[in-house]
Amino acid sequence: MLSAPSPASPAALPTPTPVSGAVATLQALVAEGVDTIFGYPGGAIIPIYDALYDFKAQLNHVLVRHEQGGIHAAQGYARSSGRVGVALATSGPGATNLVTGLADALIDSTPVVCITGQVFAHLLGTDAFQETDIINITTPVTKWNYQVTRAEEIPEALAKAFYIARSGRPGPVLVDITKNAQMQLFDAPEYQPCTHIRSYRPAPVVRRKYVEQAAALINSARRPFILWGQGVVLGGAEAEFREFVEKSGIPAAWTILGTGALPTGHPLNVGMLGMHGNYGPNVLTNECDVLIAIGMRFDDRVTGRLDKYARQAQIIHLDIDPTEIGKNVPTAVPVWGDCKETLPLLTALIEPKQHTAWLARFNDHLAQEVAAVIREELFPTSEELTMGEVMQQLNEITQGEAVIVSDVGQHQMVACRYARQNQSRSHVTSGGLGTMGFALPAAIGAKFGAPHRPVVAVIGDGGFQMTIQELGTIMQTGVDVKIIILNNQFLGMVRQWQELFHQRRYSFVDIQSPDFVAVAAGYRIAGQRVDARAELRPALEKMLAHPGSFLLEVLVTKENNIFPMVPQGCSVAEIRLR
Amino acid sequence: MRLLRVARNDKRFQSAKIMDRQEYNITAYTENQVGLLNRIAIIFSRRKINIESLNVSPSEIEGIHRFNIVIVETEEVVEKLAKQIEKQVEVLKVYYNTNADVIWQEMALYKVPTDVIAEKVLVERLLRENGARAVVIRKDYTVFETTGHREETDNLLKALQPYGLIEFVRSARIAIIKASDGFHHKLQEFERREPGEEVAENEFLNDRDAVFTM
Repeated sequence: MLSAPSPASPAALPTPTPVSGAVATLQALVAEGVDTIFGYPGGAIIPIYDALYDFKAQLNHVLVRHEQGGIHAAQGYARSSGRVGVALATSGPGATNLVTGLADALIDSTPVVCITGQVFAHLLGTDAFQETDIINITTPVTKWNYQVTRAEEIPEALAKAFYIARSGRPGPVLVDITKNAQMQLFDAPEYQPCTHIRSYRPAPVVRRKYVEQAAALINSARRPFILWGQGVVLGGAEAEFREFVEKSGIPAAWTILGTGALPTGHPLNVGMLGMHGNYGPNVLTNECDVLIAIGMRFDDRVTGRLDKYARQAQIIHLDIDPTEIGKNVPTAVPVWGDCKETLPLLTALIEPKQHTAWLARFNDHLAQEVAAVIREELFPTSEELTMGEVMQQLNEITQGEAVIVSDVGQHQMVACRYARQNQSRSHVTSGGLGTMGFALPAAIGAKFGAPHRPVVAVIGDGGFQMTIQELGTIMQTGVDVKIIILNNQFLGMVRQWQELFHQRRYSFVDIQSPDFVAVAAGYRIAGQRVDARAELRPALEKMLAHPGSFLLEVLVTKENNIFPMVPQGCSVAEIRLR
Repeated sequence: MRLLRVARNDKRFQSAKIMDRQEYNITAYTENQVGLLNRIAIIFSRRKINIESLNVSPSEIEGIHRFNIVIVETEEVVEKLAKQIEKQVEVLKVYYNTNADVIWQEMALYKVPTDVIAEKVLVERLLRENGARAVVIRKDYTVFETTGHREETDNLLKALQPYGLIEFVRSARIAIIKASDGFHHKLQEFERREPGEEVAENEFLNDRDAVFTM
């Protein structure tokens, strides 16, 4: 077997030096600024792992317990840091275990580069041991993928991979490298980052005509309304967005992935949109005259019934992805481009205004919602603990400075609705795909991506058991992740739907759980279980003060429902408070 | 409030699309990349849209391939599909046109017993009337070729069936857009705006033995 030479200075090679494909792979990662990789070794990726042995100083490899955990961790890393997450896996089952994470990253526009090992090139298509056609399997769930069969292709393929993953509308890419390509020695040229691909135009030329039309529409509007999504965060346009909102004086509501781009406490932030969003933003969507959608995609969980969605409004849509403009709702003014570029152009053309009476209507609706739902959720009068009060107490302790990573289900909606956020990139969740099991590994990744911020994972008892094995990753790396399990002893969101829409036929939603604190102890992670109100606050304080990871299990009321709610097939204006 | 009539008048973003389903010709200019056909096919199959005809060939520009795809759909759907195809990294440009906007052809091959052709003057006349050309003449059969629109090739098919037609095959549609000045101009514009390197291709399949060096 050929052995890879030990790299003296992997980041910059002045002259061609014979290296193995595996070394070239790691040199490319270093050159792209990667500092952390999440992965799991296996037969077809051994050469890269062998080379990694000599790259320990430059690349921190986190050994996860399952490849799905690896890619979710890479997603968490990307979401909390704004950088590209990297996951490594072997061929066959290792590669297929990435599929859920790829689908999640694609729908949530998360920049991730996955590198998979593949069987020797001469074995391709022969049903070799641990061979799967991962390129074809992942085609629908990647922004781009590519199979490398020769070492010479590696630098360019990885340069393209990183460029595609992070530019335009970000997304996951997968580079599959055959074992012979990893082992083959070749004269590696100096690494050249990719800045252009002939057929790929991630940054459109902004057409000023449409910006002017948008400004004219906004200036003539009496009841304008802003909907913002993750595009603001992905574009790094938080400051530009805030300037636009404040000059226009327009009430603004967010999709769950847009959360945090405008602080929770901002007077023009009127709350969350969609199925479990706030009452006012949903009702008043059908009363505004101009709807300004910024970096969001009119997901069905946001719009409810499309034929009854904002039919009265002229819609201005700012988005970097042209396929999103006009996809679900008819658009009056398409502003195609990166909102970091388009928003300042728009802000310059709009008149400073205050829409006091219109904004007051949002606040009136909020008062109604507080009375009907929020007060009892956050400050319950019943004996049993609620998910909302856990978030409320957490807010008071962290003051909105923590990165919250939520899983999928009722607790996710509670976390999204009630988590206070002072800054962007403070909430990592699986929005589009709704992947249970996302939060624990994503929280590990989020901590590596934002090491100086407290990271709190909020997870249901169901989702936690889907990737519970990643406690092993926490144990081995010593990463500091605070875990709150909101245990209602049900698959709560499904139970809620069965209660509301299926005559309380609770079909297989009653889930038994292990002693989570004991399980954590088995992984040498500290923990506590709380089922009384008096214990909650001290336990949360203890958890946050604890040096290192901590698992806090909170037994919450079993059959609580998440309201408000737009029932499926209804208009957003038909949102139920109860 | 006076609502502005703005981009709704722009053809690309018209919201009121013609709701009638009809044949549309989608023309995509792409890199010559392994796997891209699958990527494009998935865009149709995930929406359960049937591709009526698909032709892929090199274009007039080296390294750039041209897809001609025919589907029966409403303009609204076709526009969204075209955008989704154009969004793929290796796709340079996508156009969609109705049949009236393109010049299109399909080729058909007919295998007929030679003794029938030799003996029956009627068949010979049929072939001549349809502009058919003999491609192969053997003792046992003769293969004729015609090109034209679907109805034209269908007509000859129907006419030959009573005379012992052995086999028939029709090609995918190829189409040229009446109003376009080709893709050269557009590509030059792309390159002028963002010049770049050529794109690497997976050459393994042409080079199977040389790849494996271990």
